[in-house]
Amino acid sequence: MLRFTIHRILHVIPTLIIISVISFFIIQLPPGDFLTTQVAALEAQGESIDPAQLDALRVRYGIDDPFWIQYWKWISNILLHGDFGLSFQFQRPVIDLITERLPLTILLGVATLLFTWAIALPAGIYSAIKQHSAADYTISVVGFIALAVPNFLAALVLAYIGFAYFGQSVGGLFSPEYVNAPWSLAKVGDLLEHLWIPVLVIGLAGTAGIIRTMRANMLDELYKPYVTTARAKGLPEGRNIRKYPLRIALNPFISTVGWSIPSIFDGEVIVATVLALGTTGPLLLAALKSQDMFLAGGIILIIAVLTVVGTLISDLLLAAVDPRVRFGKA
Amino acid sequence: MFSARRRIRERDRAAQTARRGLAAATVDAAELSEADAILDIQGLKTTFHSDEGTVHAVDDIDLVVRRGRTTCIVGESGSGKSATARSILQVVDNPGLIEGGRILFRAEPNGPVRDLAALKSQGDAIRSIRGREIGIIFQEPMSALSPVHTIGNQISEVLELHSDLSPAQIRERVIDELNNVGIPRADERVDAFTFQLSGGMRQRAMIAMALIARPALLIADEPTTALDVTTQAQILDLLGELKSELSMTMIFITHDLGVVAEIADDVVVMRHGKVVETGPVDQIFHDPQHDYTKELLASLPQRSAPLGEPEDDGADRPRATPPPEPATAVEVVSDPARTLRHEEASARSLLRIRDLRMEFDAVSGNMFGRRRKEKIVAVNGVDLDITEGATLGLVGESGCGKTTLGRCVMRAYDPTGGELLYDDGSGAVDLASLSQKQLLPYRRQVRMVFQDPYGSLNPRMTVRQVIGEPLRVAGLAKGSELDDRVEAMLERVGLKRSMASRYPHAFSGGERQRIGIARALITAPKLVIADEAVSALDVSVRTQILELLADLQDELGLTYLFISHDLSVVERICDRVAVMYYGNLVEEGPAERLFANPQHGYTRALLSAVPVADPRLRGTRERIVYRPDEDESEEESAA
Repeated sequence: MLRFTIHRILHVIPTLIIISVISFFIIQLPPGDFLTTQVAALEAQGESIDPAQLDALRVRYGIDDPFWIQYWKWISNILLHGDFGLSFQFQRPVIDLITERLPLTILLGVATLLFTWAIALPAGIYSAIKQHSAADYTISVVGFIALAVPNFLAALVLAYIGFAYFGQSVGGLFSPEYVNAPWSLAKVGDLLEHLWIPVLVIGLAGTAGIIRTMRANMLDELYKPYVTTARAKGLPEGRNIRKYPLRIALNPFISTVGWSIPSIFDGEVIVATVLALGTTGPLLLAALKSQDMFLAGGIILIIAVLTVVGTLISDLLLAAVDPRVRFGKA
Repeated sequence: MFSARRRIRERDRAAQTARRGLAAATVDAAELSEADAILDIQGLKTTFHSDEGTVHAVDDIDLVVRRGRTTCIVGESGSGKSATARSILQVVDNPGLIEGGRILFRAEPNGPVRDLAALKSQGDAIRSIRGREIGIIFQEPMSALSPVHTIGNQISEVLELHSDLSPAQIRERVIDELNNVGIPRADERVDAFTFQLSGGMRQRAMIAMALIARPALLIADEPTTALDVTTQAQILDLLGELKSELSMTMIFITHDLGVVAEIADDVVVMRHGKVVETGPVDQIFHDPQHDYTKELLASLPQRSAPLGEPEDDGADRPRATPPPEPATAVEVVSDPARTLRHEEASARSLLRIRDLRMEFDAVSGNMFGRRRKEKIVAVNGVDLDITEGATLGLVGESGCGKTTLGRCVMRAYDPTGGELLYDDGSGAVDLASLSQKQLLPYRRQVRMVFQDPYGSLNPRMTVRQVIGEPLRVAGLAKGSELDDRVEAMLERVGLKRSMASRYPHAFSGGERQRIGIARALITAPKLVIADEAVSALDVSVRTQILELLADLQDELGLTYLFISHDLSVVERICDRVAVMYYGNLVEEGPAERLFANPQHGYTRALLSAVPVADPRLRGTRERIVYRPDEDESEEESAA
């Protein structure tokens, strides 16, 4: 297992290097750069900018350097100093912008994830065991509806319901009076009152997929000979299902569970924007629109790294639960 | 601690309801049709309901199993023999249901008689019978055991359910039991996963699991079908020993009459969900009453005489049967005038294999140990000539490299070394050295028929597409010409032209194998590699397919490389036979000579392990075990 772990971690390094190059390349793709957009905006307002100052900025940000030098400056600062650069738009370090939004982002992400799993896994297992029953069909229909309704629409509808029937403020994770207030029990309560809408919207949309895969995996395993063998030993049905088919049916789920980690971080950009949540999702959208390349690059890089790390975690988990993976037989 | 106490409480509660359930299902002992019956099945009906209709898998059967004896249930696939076995324990596969009848079971000689069919299939009562009083072994130990739990874990479970032993005592008992079933180093193997054990070891573990609670009745559902012939012999011996040692009763389900002759006391022949004949084994084999039993016996390609004894002139040897009526005929008529073998063949070799080597890289190692790369030599310098127009049989156990050899000839694998000299009369070409592109014309001349008629046909392609594909990709025919050729080929393999637009699922196993043969022959090949082409088929269907292959050979002048683990089939149709053992070719010669007078120790061991389909010859043969080291020293001393 140790060797497997080290092996897998070594595989991660080249992947990360390539990913960082690609993310840097992508954020440079749009024509022009942040300074040209800024200058254009200023000139449109009739203001002018001192060419010397502009040049100084260009040199400072290294905007005219070749791609590889810019990349090297960017990545070496991140690696050596944890410095993701300066957001042009906000004129603040990227790392500060991200960290101040991080707690809420993670709270929302984790709550959504737990909600999704708590609903989807039991529902999937149940509908497999009771295949072709009314409950099975109901679960499938509800799951598909949740999948089919666009997130932003569901968010708007729920926000309206929250406003019209429960008297909540629309948008954000806090009522206006708590936004800048220090933390208190009342503020936590207010947060929870607002949290349910995004959790429900994002969570339900994710359940359908998991329900379907869980149901299909479970149906594949439920009628395998080893389940009959266990039954023929005299094992009670519930224990049998928990110990044998469920354990194997969870494998495909475990092997993708790591991908949830990046989604904790970026949340749902669209839902978060519609509901004006103070998470990193809207920040990314704004950065991309204004060509704020260090901010956008930083967020994309973090998401990419989390994806790779998530996959690594999945692989290790899978090796831990499935001996066939551990012994290289599958 | 808490959960252990809860589990005990739960078990006590379950034991109580089990007792109540069993008491309710108890019937008067006088209801048994025979006093010494351990199991008496009366009018059992097991039905499978599905969207496609209702299948009466077990259709009103009566069956008595006498205490202390081995009762074999024989039948072809779909005869309901497995469904009967599973009905006894109420573990019929979904969507099967027991719809009627009684299954009277008397665990102790003078104990109470219970009707198992009256118990609820998920209730505590039947659970107290399962594993404790009736054990069951399934066909394929790889899939019948969980791949992610150790065998020890799975065996212990039986005792956790049915005994009060502590975990340490249970582990000790499990190791003892693994020793009993002949697993070496049982104290280590107890923590092994199924994929770390060989097929024979896995089946031994399965047997240990079925027997650990000392059931009165053991049901063995095709326990040796997935095993090699030598392993099968060992498992049959083991079951026989354990049965007398533990004074058990055994129900043994099989389609192999050779196995029946080896182990049965009583035989039950089933067909289409009904019992057609029952009787003592000697009567079934030597005085069969029912036509179907006679058919089964006739279609059995049995090894003619035990080793060493002179062969008779072959008058009563089962011979090949004439070509069957297309598709449906099960009628098998013996025709002593014909043999599938060729009396003489042209001397020219179509394919000369020279020093063929095939190595695979394998990564081994365990959780903590270091991984090292190993080379597995699957084919180790094999020389072999395949004569044009003849049939060469290639036999050996699984893992001996026979399939790898066949795939090398196909160039499905690129051989590590050696030559494949193919000569269709226009000069020898080394297939092993050709590039993929140069190989294309030869791809049409060397074709393959696969083992699994279910897995080797794409379920989403019509038969026309399946058979026509080789012509289409080669650009040899298209449109109506393609359709004509496909339909002509369908007729040639004994199917109807109108079947071309159907999908594979609409065909039976034998018909599918005909489709596979049609696909192989559509490009007018010279050499056909049949890799276990009849192994997955029932005996009567197998006879038909072998017939078809022989007819096609005569008509089209085909050369066959016939790969099989089944010696009786090989003996019947092959002109020459080659025996492989761990990648090496150990013996090669004319079929008659090789079977009558095997030279190599391994060939002798292989032949001695084949069940003889005559109960009267039981025990007359010595089982030869092949140990390579001894054999080498033997050869040295002989030289």
